[in-house]
Formats: sequence, structure tokens, C-alpha cells
Amino acid sequence: MSGFDLRKQAPNAAVWLILLSMPLWIDAVGGYTQLGTQVVVMGLAAMSLNFLLGYTGVLSFGHAAYFGLGAYGVGMTIRYLVPSTGLGLLVGTGVGALAAAIIGPMIVRLRGVYFAMVTIAFAQVFYFIAFRWNSVTGGDDGLTNWTREPINFGFATLHIEKDPVTFYYFVLAIFAVAVALMALLLQSPFGRTLIAIRENERRTRFLGINVNFHIWMSWVISCTFMALSGSLYALLNNFVDPRTLYWTQSGVFVIMCVLGGMRSFWGPLVGAAIYVVLQDYLSSATPNWMSFIGLVFVVAVLFFPRGVLGIFRRKSTE
Amino acid sequence: MTQLILFNIANGLIIGAFYALMAIGLSLIMSLSDVINFAHGGFLAIGAYIAYTLSPYIGFWGGLLVAPVLTAVLGIIVEKFLISRVYGRDPLYSLLLTFGLAFIFEDGTRMIWGAQSVPYSVPNWLMTPLSNEYFFITGYRLLMIALVALAVGGLFWMMNKTRLGLRIRAGTLDLETVSVLGVNVRVLRNLNFGIGIYLAGLAGVLAAGQLGLQPTIGASLIMPSFVAIIIGGLGSLLGTLLGGLLIGVASGITSVFLPSGTEAVMYVMMALVLLVRPQGLLGEEGRF
Repeated sequence: MSGFDLRKQAPNAAVWLILLSMPLWIDAVGGYTQLGTQVVVMGLAAMSLNFLLGYTGVLSFGHAAYFGLGAYGVGMTIRYLVPSTGLGLLVGTGVGALAAAIIGPMIVRLRGVYFAMVTIAFAQVFYFIAFRWNSVTGGDDGLTNWTREPINFGFATLHIEKDPVTFYYFVLAIFAVAVALMALLLQSPFGRTLIAIRENERRTRFLGINVNFHIWMSWVISCTFMALSGSLYALLNNFVDPRTLYWTQSGVFVIMCVLGGMRSFWGPLVGAAIYVVLQDYLSSATPNWMSFIGLVFVVAVLFFPRGVLGIFRRKSTE
Repeated sequence: MTQLILFNIANGLIIGAFYALMAIGLSLIMSLSDVINFAHGGFLAIGAYIAYTLSPYIGFWGGLLVAPVLTAVLGIIVEKFLISRVYGRDPLYSLLLTFGLAFIFEDGTRMIWGAQSVPYSVPNWLMTPLSNEYFFITGYRLLMIALVALAVGGLFWMMNKTRLGLRIRAGTLDLETVSVLGVNVRVLRNLNFGIGIYLAGLAGVLAAGQLGLQPTIGASLIMPSFVAIIIGGLGSLLGTLLGGLLIGVASGITSVFLPSGTEAVMYVMMALVLLVRPQGLLGEEGRF
């Protein structure tokens, strides 16, 4: 960490340059600002999952639950409690974190595919609550009749409710803070311990480290950021429906990580961008978009297991 | 009231039998190949649709006999050309592969047979209630229970009495040693996958007659099957059978008293099992 290494900072600078300038050029390349916002939100979700998946090496397949909890948290707060975007974000994120903290102790003892199966099964509980509790959640039709509210800082008001570009930068600011926090955590001794667990759990245990506690911490952190991104997703659409909680959505987050590359910090963001743009295009181009998405899974697994960034990395070392 | 509860218990047993058939197949594949087959529900749907397509020509009984076998053949082909390629890699990849296949299967069945629910005809004499008081007991339901019992019994016999079953059981404990002893592990995993898919196909045909047939039929059965495995204990086929029946009956009873909790109850049971007995009711300790 001594001095400023240009080679190391170049990817970071490129990512931020692209994200900050996105509203300027996205219309020109055939997109629209909301699509850009969706990329940032899904990117945050995928990066949150990667905290656990890529850096701790724990196979979680149920992250849609915490994404959805965040989304319902913000929607229900604004609709039933206080029309405040800020409070909604806090509640949404808090609810996700709380659920993760409670479920965590039941699953941290499990490993591998068994962990994946239990997490995805647990996620279904929240799906059924959202689906069945009609009177409160709106059931299958989703939670409607609420919109994101302008944010009043006292000295100025941020009108995120009207202008999509303002909302984009609002989301990007939150993304920046969340991503910076995750990067700091990963560079701390705690983050190094997580990587040690990924590389060799038994050896880490012999060093006297409480592995299960570290996995629980990583799980809660990951799910908390996931809930935050879910809250932002609900604000983006002014709408939540149970499909954000469905088990297939959990798989989508994992494929985003793999598409971009799980071993690099920005990989999941790249994967999310590819997935979001592809889905946006396919769902308007063909009724069989689900088959194509399935094909993306199969092709990614068989031919690009290291993801897009993995290919570049391999080329640059050759 | 008693009759209502009995009715729902009977319903629960039937649904539980489907969960169990599916979960046993999933569990077989998971134990030997370390793969969660998310496409299992897709195979179930394909089995049901094959029976639906063939039954005008070969009749209900012919479909019941042939469709699961054809589904198993499809499963063997998919395992050989796709899934076997990711063995030995991080389990993440096999999960994503079967996830993608699940999407393709669901969309494919929708494309071929349409998104609407289609009626699957069962012989009339099977659908008439056997008694007026217990109107919910039809010949078809007894047939389903009998066939599920037969399939599970046959599987247990195979696992315990035949060389193939012995090798599969040995393989779940230590695949490397089995391989060193001269067993072709590729073929073993391939056949094992086929057996699991056969059970899914059978469940599909039976479910089509009971629940009706639509492309999402498999997707709605797969999560409860995971719960059945977790409750029963991974690696224990008897436990998985028990788990499936247990959650089926529990949902049935819950639907009488708290209809909105019909699905949630099985996840609550799963949480309790994980808290009290993480390895599952009949699972061995320390395997996972």
C-alpha cells in the first residue's frame, strides 16, 4: 500500500469514469437512464453477494430473499409509516440485516452444496410471506400506491422523484459509499481472514480463528448490502413484487458474479451490466427470453468459468 | 371437521409422496455427484408432457410405463454431454449449469405444449370415489400411493441387494476408492443420474393426473423437495421419504387452520430441524 500505483488504480479510475459519465452517453448508445440506474443497483447486489461468494468462498444461493426484504422494507415504510425515502432505506436495509443475523447461526455450520440448498430453501419463506399476505404486501400483484419521496437536507431538497438523472446520481452516491465500505473491509485484517477461510478453512481454524463466526459476519455484511441494493431497486421502480424474492432471482445474482468474474472486485458489476442489458434486450426481442438466459448460464459455465474479466486477466499474464 | 382434516391429511400424503419421489432422486444425485439438480423440476414436467403426448396412442397405462423411461434417457443424455463436464470443478458451476437448464426446460415445455394448463385424462373408473363418506379416496389416489411405495421399495431393494446399488452407496462415501477398485465412476454417476430422473418422470406422470399439467408444475415442487431432504437428512433415503411425507401432511393440516401458512409451515419445520438436529432426522452426523 505504499504510494500511488498507477497500474492498480487504472481499473478503478476507468470504472468511476464510466459510471459518473453514464447519463451523458447512455441515450446515444441506445439505452436510457433508468437502465443505467438498474445496472448500478444490480451491480451493487452482485458485489454484495460476491463478498460472501467470491471472497469468503461460501456458496450462497438464497440472496434474493435479502434483496426482496430490502425492497419490501422501503416500500412498506413509505406506504404505511412515513413518506420518507431516507427512513425507508434505513428500514429496508435494517430488516434485511436482522433477518440475516437471525438465520445465520442456523446455516454457518453447513458447507458446500448443502449450504446452497439450505439458503435457497430459507429464501422461499419470505417469498411465500410476500405472496400470501395479500392485505399488507399486495400479494402476487405487488406493493403499489407509493413512490420515492424527495429528500430534504434542511438547506436543500434533492428531487429524486422526478428527474431520472438526479435519481441516478443519488443511487451512484450510495453505491460509492457501499462499495468503498466493502473494499475497506476486504483490505482490513478481517477481510484477509475471510480470504484465508476461502483458501484453506482447516488451516485457518488451526490458527485459532473462529471460522463459523467469521462466516456469520461475512454473511450478515453481504446480506445487509444486498438489502440496501434491494431498497434502491424498489425506489427505482416505485414498485415491489414477490418475484424479487423468488428462488430463480437468487440464481440470477450468482450468474452475474460468474459472468463478470468472481475473483476480481469489479467483476460482479461487469457481470450485472452484461446481464441487465442482455435481459432488457432479449425480453423485448423474443418471448423465449428465458431460454436465452438459460443458454447464457450454460455457455458461461462451460466456456467462460472465469468470467469476462477472467479472460482479460489470463490474456494479460500470458 | 374430522372429515375435513382427514381430507387434508389424505391430500397432504399425496403431495408429500410427490415431494418424496422428487427429493429421493435429488438426494441420490446430490450424494454421488455433489450436484444440486435445479433442472429436476424441468425433468418432472417433461415426463408429464411426454405421457400427455403419448397417451392418445398407447393409453394411460402405456404412458405411465413409457414416459418415465424416456425421461430417464433424456436425463442420461443431459448428464453425459453437459453435467459430467463440470464434475471436479467448484460445485458452484454445476449448480449454475442445472439452473440454466431449468430455465431452458421450463421455457421449452411452454414453447412446445403452450403456457395454458392442459387436462391429462385418467381412466374414469379410477377417478370415482370408493366410498360416499370418504369422497376423497379415489382409485387413482390409491394407485399413486401404491406406485410410489413400489418405486421407493424397488429403489431400496436395488440399493441394498444389487451390485449397482452397492457401488452407488460406496461411491457416496468414498468415490475415489470405488474408482481405484475398478468401477467406472463415469458410468456409475451416469446411471445414478438416470435413476434419479426416472423417479422425477414418474412423479411427473402421477402429478399430471392429480394436479393438472402446466409448464411450472416442476418449479413449484422443487423447493419443498429441498426441504424434505434437509428435514430427513441428506444421504438417508428413508429420511428423505419421511421428510417428504411429513411436510406434505403438515401443509395439509395447516391449510385447514391457517390457509395462508400452508407453504410457510414446512420452512418453519426446516428451521426447527436445523436448530435441533442439523444433520436431519435420519442423517448421519458430520457428513456436512
